[in-house]
Amino acid sequence: MAEVKLTNVNKVYPNGAHAVRGVNMEIADGEFIVFVGPSGCGKSTLLRMVAGLETVTEGDLHIDENRINDVSPAERNVAMVFQNYALYPHMTVRGNMSYGLKNRGDSKEEIEQKVIEAAKTLHIEDFLDRQPNQLSGGQRQRVAMGRAIVRNPKVFLFDEPLSNLDAKLRVQMRIEIKKLQRKMGVTSIYVTHDQTEAMTLADRLAVINNGQIEQMGKPIELYKDPKTLFVASFIGSPQINLMSAQYDGKILKSGTLEIDGFENLPVAEELVLGLRPEHLRIDTKGKLAMNIDLVEQHGADNLVYGTLEGAKNEDGEDLELCLRLNQDQEPSIGETITLSYDHTNALVFSKETGKRLI
Amino acid sequence: MKRVQFSHSPIPYLFIAPQIIIICIFFLWPAAQAIYQSFLLEDAFGLSSQFVWFKNYKDTILTDAWLQSAGFTLVFSFLVTFLSLALAMLLAVKANEVIQGARTYKTMLMWAYAIAPPVAGLMGNLMFNPLIGDLYYFLNAMGWDFNHKLDSFDAGFVVVLIAVWKQVSVNFIFFLSGLQGIPKSVLEAATIDCKSNLRRFWTMTFPLLAPTTFFLVVINITYAFFETFGIIDTTTGGAPGGSTSTLVYKVFTDGFRGNDLGGSSAQSVVLMVMVLALTVIQFRFIERKVHY
Ligand SMILES: Nc1ncnc2c1ncn2[C@@H]1O[C@H](COP(=O)(O)OP(=O)(O)O)[C@@H](O)[C@H]1O
Ligand SMILES: [Mg+2]
Repeated sequence: MAEVKLTNVNKVYPNGAHAVRGVNMEIADGEFIVFVGPSGCGKSTLLRMVAGLETVTEGDLHIDENRINDVSPAERNVAMVFQNYALYPHMTVRGNMSYGLKNRGDSKEEIEQKVIEAAKTLHIEDFLDRQPNQLSGGQRQRVAMGRAIVRNPKVFLFDEPLSNLDAKLRVQMRIEIKKLQRKMGVTSIYVTHDQTEAMTLADRLAVINNGQIEQMGKPIELYKDPKTLFVASFIGSPQINLMSAQYDGKILKSGTLEIDGFENLPVAEELVLGLRPEHLRIDTKGKLAMNIDLVEQHGADNLVYGTLEGAKNEDGEDLELCLRLNQDQEPSIGETITLSYDHTNALVFSKETGKRLI
Repeated sequence: MKRVQFSHSPIPYLFIAPQIIIICIFFLWPAAQAIYQSFLLEDAFGLSSQFVWFKNYKDTILTDAWLQSAGFTLVFSFLVTFLSLALAMLLAVKANEVIQGARTYKTMLMWAYAIAPPVAGLMGNLMFNPLIGDLYYFLNAMGWDFNHKLDSFDAGFVVVLIAVWKQVSVNFIFFLSGLQGIPKSVLEAATIDCKSNLRRFWTMTFPLLAPTTFFLVVINITYAFFETFGIIDTTTGGAPGGSTSTLVYKVFTDGFRGNDLGGSSAQSVVLMVMVLALTVIQFRFIERKVHY
């Protein structure tokens, strides 16, 4: 049971790479926090600093009341699950799980009991005497999890633990991790570049960009109320539709397309209008005309892709639009449909600063 | 009907022929010669020879000189193997931790690899020269009454020192690449699981390096047995009184200095059998424990 606090944390690598820039964060006891962001944004670095695998260049780390900047990794009482599992290849599954306990001086009986218990939780009790190279990817993943939970740590750290699994197993393990964390109530930090994983796992989500936290909050908050263009485009699948726009005082224009109903926007500034695929709907009286290129049937809903007549994307090209429809609405390829949009859900950003305006 | 079989073309044999010829000329033929020679007694001028069965073996192997040489060889090989492996492993582990200037550091450690054993011996000879040798003066100045020309322990010290120094760089290269083959995340996971550096070394790094270590033990014993010939020849020459003469060096001195070809051959046959036995033991028993 622990709270984690990061105060103005910075990391500069010896080669000069400034990987983490002034991160502040308070994580409550038992909370499941996910760091999400594109590759190279610094999320692993941040996690590894909490684990003690990287030094902190500037700032403070606290677990509960203790400043842990200079505490060795083994004494922080954290457990980490690595992307490639990092199992000890010369030890059996039992050896892997008991190694940490042995080193901190638990008694033999205690270790055996904890290992069995953890193995049961993760359904790996049949493999206890196998070497890691005799296990499948999914089983190795479970052993790595087992090695973490057996220590009953204050904080769980996960660095993309599911990236090496196939899609089906990934979803299954995702659910299992979440359940396990709920049951154990251990404060957790989870790093991923996959926004679906992030949305589904997190109590709170930190979107990281270029070493900084863009925005932190509940997944649905970030989805509905993104503060920046980066967050809006990173969260949500399929991605939000973004079109370049200008406001002339009365009307918002993208290319030759006129979009009415907006007020109080800055004039003479490049803007970006964001419309989520589910906030558009087919409407014979709608003002947006879309030429359909592709229809994807996902079962419950259909994703329709095409170009929006007149509108331009951020790079000034014709806008590729994505539209989410119910399964019973299935327009055909080549057809032109008219759309209207849900006005209250439209997002407008400044192109220059990336900040949200409406 | 077509036969689904490769026709017996002579070309594959042509390709392996050079290897076969080399093995025949440089190994099988001399080995056969040695075995044959070891049963012969020649007169001093090499004009006539007589088949004497195992007389040569009896006369050379069961002597104090041979047993002493065998004893020295065992101690020498053990020391050279153990010390050069231990030192190289220490250096490699430390070098692997260095981040800045790592390449320079590693290159410097590898340099000794490029030196041929006789040259290493000559350099050692200069350093321990009673007239101009810095190390000779240094050791005496330290209060050690050092004289490798007279004292057999001191002479042993010199050959072990030079042989180890020469071999450390080879071992270092292998250990370093072995260390770099250990996934970084495995060691990181161990850092979270184990506080003590030393304990982590013995429970994680050392066992994970075991395949490299096993390979190097074989290489180093072979080195200590055979390749140190050049070092011994250029430093002590087996002196004082044959106390630093390894079995291989003794084969050479007895055969070519002492002109006892029969006795020398008998010794080399015994040596061959010993090395064969050693190799079999190593692969049978040690390698089995190394694999995981
Ligand atoms: N050991 C290192 N030395 C120098 N730069 C590094 C090191 N590790 C990561 N970086 C740099 O720091 C930045 C963040 O890396 P990382 O935290 O691994 O990103 P992420 O996990 O989000 O993909 C990247 O630009 C990367 O190149
Ligand atoms: Mg990463």
